[in-house]
Amino acid sequence: MSGLAMPKPDAGTLRKRAEIVADMRIIVPGEGVVDTATEMRAFESDGLTAYRQLPLVVVLPETVAQVSRVLKYCNERNIRVVPRGSGTSLSGGALPLEDAVLLVMSRFNRILAIDYPNRVVVAQPGVTNLGITTAVEHEGFYYAPDPSSQIACSIGGNVAENSGGVHCLKYGLTANNVLGIQMVLMNGEVVRLGGSHLDQEGYDLLGVMTGSEGLLGVVTEVTVRILKKPETARALLIGFPTSEQGGQCVADIIGAGIIPGGMEMMDRPAIHAAEDFVHAGYPLDVEALLIVELDGPSVEVDHLIGLVEAIAYRNGSTTCRISQSEQERLSFWAGRKAAFPAVGRISPDYYCMDGTIPRKELPRVLAGMRDLSEKYGLGVANVFHAGDGNLHPLILYDANVPGELDKAERFGADILRLCVEVGGVLTGEHGVGVEKRDLMPEMFNQVDLDQQMRVKCAFDPSHLLNPGKVFPQLRRCAELGRMHVHRGQVAFPDIPRF
Amino acid sequence: MTTFTPCTPAEVLSTIQWAAAEESPLEILGHGSKRGIGRPLQTEHTLDLSTLTGVTLYEPAELVLSARAGTPLTEVEKLLAENGQQFAFEPMDYGPLLGGEPGKGTLGGVLASNLSGPRRLKAGAARDHILGISAVSGRGEAFKSGGRVVKNVTGYDLSKLMAGSWGTLAVLTDVTFKVLPAAETEVTLAIRGLLDDAAVAAMALALGSSAEVSSAAHLPERIAARVAAGHLGSDAATLLRVEGFGPSVVYRAEALRNLLSKAGPLQEIAGEASKAIWRDIRDCAPFADGAAGPVWRVSMPPSEAHHMVMALRMQAAVDAFYDWQGGLVWLSMREDDPEAELLRGLIRKYGGGHATLARASASHRAALPVFEPQPPHLAALSARVKAEFDPKHILNPGRMAPTSSSATLPQSTEGAAP
Repeated sequence: MSGLAMPKPDAGTLRKRAEIVADMRIIVPGEGVVDTATEMRAFESDGLTAYRQLPLVVVLPETVAQVSRVLKYCNERNIRVVPRGSGTSLSGGALPLEDAVLLVMSRFNRILAIDYPNRVVVAQPGVTNLGITTAVEHEGFYYAPDPSSQIACSIGGNVAENSGGVHCLKYGLTANNVLGIQMVLMNGEVVRLGGSHLDQEGYDLLGVMTGSEGLLGVVTEVTVRILKKPETARALLIGFPTSEQGGQCVADIIGAGIIPGGMEMMDRPAIHAAEDFVHAGYPLDVEALLIVELDGPSVEVDHLIGLVEAIAYRNGSTTCRISQSEQERLSFWAGRKAAFPAVGRISPDYYCMDGTIPRKELPRVLAGMRDLSEKYGLGVANVFHAGDGNLHPLILYDANVPGELDKAERFGADILRLCVEVGGVLTGEHGVGVEKRDLMPEMFNQVDLDQQMRVKCAFDPSHLLNPGKVFPQLRRCAELGRMHVHRGQVAFPDIPRF
Repeated sequence: MTTFTPCTPAEVLSTIQWAAAEESPLEILGHGSKRGIGRPLQTEHTLDLSTLTGVTLYEPAELVLSARAGTPLTEVEKLLAENGQQFAFEPMDYGPLLGGEPGKGTLGGVLASNLSGPRRLKAGAARDHILGISAVSGRGEAFKSGGRVVKNVTGYDLSKLMAGSWGTLAVLTDVTFKVLPAAETEVTLAIRGLLDDAAVAAMALALGSSAEVSSAAHLPERIAARVAAGHLGSDAATLLRVEGFGPSVVYRAEALRNLLSKAGPLQEIAGEASKAIWRDIRDCAPFADGAAGPVWRVSMPPSEAHHMVMALRMQAAVDAFYDWQGGLVWLSMREDDPEAELLRGLIRKYGGGHATLARASASHRAALPVFEPQPPHLAALSARVKAEFDPKHILNPGRMAPTSSSATLPQSTEGAAP
C-alpha cells in the first residue's frame, strides 16, 4: 500500500488551475475558496495520516445551489472532485488528489428540522453525529449509531461510510437509521431519496448511497430516525482465561436470545495497555476481557444481568463485576474507549485494522495473528466488537524505523486476507477508501467488481467523483457496458423445463 | 412458450445467458404469490425458481441464514422457530389479499419485494436484514455482493439494491439474511373508540416513550372486526405491541397504561390472541375479502397520513386502516376506479411519500403506474441503474416502469426518460 498508485493527474487541469480557482470564487463567493498551500495544508489528509496530498483547490460551499454549480462546472470540464465531511475517515476516503477540487461540506452545519411526533431530525451533512443527539437530548431522544469519532465526524460522512459504533448490534448501522437524503449528482442534478416516511419508492438507491464512500454523489441533507433514550444501562466486566471461553460466552448470550446494547472484547495486550493508561481496574491475569452492556427498563436490565452472569460463570469466567452505579459503568468503558490512545502510548505508531469475521472464528483468527506477529516481528493488540464480529487489530510499529510502515501494512493485509479466508470481510465500518482498495480482489472477482463499477457508471459515467478510492482498477464505462454475448453462440440451455 | 425450472445457480446462469443472447424477455417467478403486483408482463418465456431450493447455511449462534432464492419462506420460518429465532422484519404474506393461498412465497421474493410487517417501525424491512446475495444480471453474469457477517462496508451494497427491485435488475440465486431471537413474550394494548387523529396522537406518544413499542396500528370502526376472527369487536382499536422478556413486557405495558390512561378505554391482549391480530394486520386481512377491487399501500410520515385519508374521503369512497404508527395506510377503493392521480396528488400535498397499487385488475395495472412515479432526474437515474444491470431489458421488462425498448409495453407518462 505504501506504493499506492493514484489516478494520474490531468495535466490540462493542472495548467488551468488559476482559471478554475477564479471560477470557483465566482460560484462560491466570500471565504469559501482556499488556494494557498499553507491554508490547504489542513486538508491534505484525513484520519489515515500515512497519506498526504495537497488538493488543486479547496471549496467550501454553503448552499445546495453552489454544490450543484461546482459539480456541473467540474463535470463539463472533466475536473475531478473529492468530497470531504469532517475528514475523520480511517481509510483515506477523503484523501485529496493533486488535480481535484476538494469539496468540503463543513459549512453545511445546521439542523433543519426536529420532528418529535415522527421521530426524525433533518440535518445538513456537516452536522456532527453527536450534534444530532445534542439537539434532541433535552427531550430524552438520541441518534443511535455512535462511531467512536462521533464528536467530530459528520452525518454526511456517516452516510458515505455507513458508520457503525459499539451499539449497532442492537440499533443498527447508519443504513438502518437514515430515512432519506438529498444529494447532488456529478452532473449537478439534485435528487431526493426517501424522506420522513419508510422505504423508498423504486430502487433502493438510498441503500446503495449509504456506504458508497463519496463516489456516487454529494449528500446535501440527511433525514435520520431518532430514538427515546433507554431508561437505564448497566454493564458487566467479565474476564476469561482463554479467548475461546470469551468467544463461547458471547455465543451463549446470543443463543439465550439476548441482544446486548454493546458487547466488546479485548485481548491481553489491549487490556494491559488500557489499564496502564487509565487505571480502569481491569484484571491483568486474563486473556480475554468482555464488556457486556444491557440497556432498557431497569426491570429488564436487572433480569438480563442475572442471565448473563450465569452464562459467564458457566463458561469459566474468573472475574465478573457488575456495575452498581453510572460512574462504575463508565469506568468499565473508560479502558475500552481509551484503547487506541493507550496503545499509542506503548508504541510510537499503530495501524488500526477493521476486518469482520464470523464470531466463532475468533480463536482461529487470534492464533493466526499471533503467528503473523512473530513472522513480521511486530506486536498486535486486539479490540473486538464481539457481538457483530468486527475486529480492530492494532499493529504496533515505529514509522521512524525504515521499512516498518511497509511491514505493518503487509502484516495488516495478511490479517484481512485471514478474515476473508474464514468467511469474513475486509472492512466492517472504516470503509475501503485507498487503504484496502488493492485488497478488494481478495473478496470479489472481476465480475463482482465490474457490476459495482457499473452502478458507479449510472451515477458518474466519467469517474470524476472521488476516483482512486474503493476500486483497484477503474474501467471505462463504455467498456463495462459492452455485452460479450452474441446471438447463436450460447447453447439453448440444457436444463429442466416444461 | 417455455418455462425454465433451474435447480442450480449454474442453470440459472445458462438460462439468462441464452435469453440475453436471444434478447428474449423472461418473467422471473418464485411461487408467483405476488405475480399480481406490477404491470402485467407478456413475456414469451418464464424463469421459475421454485425448484432452486435449500438452506445452505444456518448458524443460530452467528445469527445468520443462507438459502437458495427459491426456498419457501414458510419452510425457513419453521426452521427458525425451532431454534427460537425469526426474521425480525416480519415479512407479510400477500397471498390472501391477492386472492391466492396463504403460506406461499420464496426467500428471493421476500427480498425482491422488500417485504416487512408491523415490526417495520422498530426492526426495519427485508432491506435492513439482508447481508449478502448471489445473483445473475440481465447481462448473463453471475455476481455476488455483501457477505455473511452483520457489519460489512466492503464495496457498494448491491444486496440492498435488490430489495424492492421486483426481479428487474438481476435474478437472485442465493440470499443471506440476519436472523434474530424471537421475543419471549408479547402483549398488545388496545385503546378503543378513537377517531383517526386521536389515534395518531396516541401512537406518537407511545412511540416517543421509552416503552419500546414494536408495532402501532389503528383499525377504525368496522375494520377492527375484520381481524382475528372478529374477536376485537367492531369499535375502533388503536393497537400497541410490546415484546421482549417477561418481566420487561409487564413493566413496559404498565408504563404505557399510565401514559395513555386518559386516551380512552384500555384493553390488554396477550399471547396467541395478540399474535393473531398482528398477523392479520401484517397480511392486510381486512381487505383480503376475495374481491378484486383496487387496494393501495401508502407510506407517508406517520403524523400526516390520516390528513391525506380525510381529504381523499371527501372525493372518493374508501376504507382505510393504519400500521406503522399511522405511516402505512392500506386503502381499499369501494368503486372500481383506483383514483391514482387524485391519491398521489394528495400524498404530495400532505407531506410526501409513495403509493403502490397493491391489488388491481390487469387492465388498471397496464394503464396506470403501479409504483410511485419518480421526478424526472430520479427516474432517469433509476433507468440508468436498470440499464447497467439489464441492458437488453430481458428481466421482468416493464414491471416497475416502462422501458422504451420493451416489446411488452406501450409508451407511458411514467417518465423513464429525462
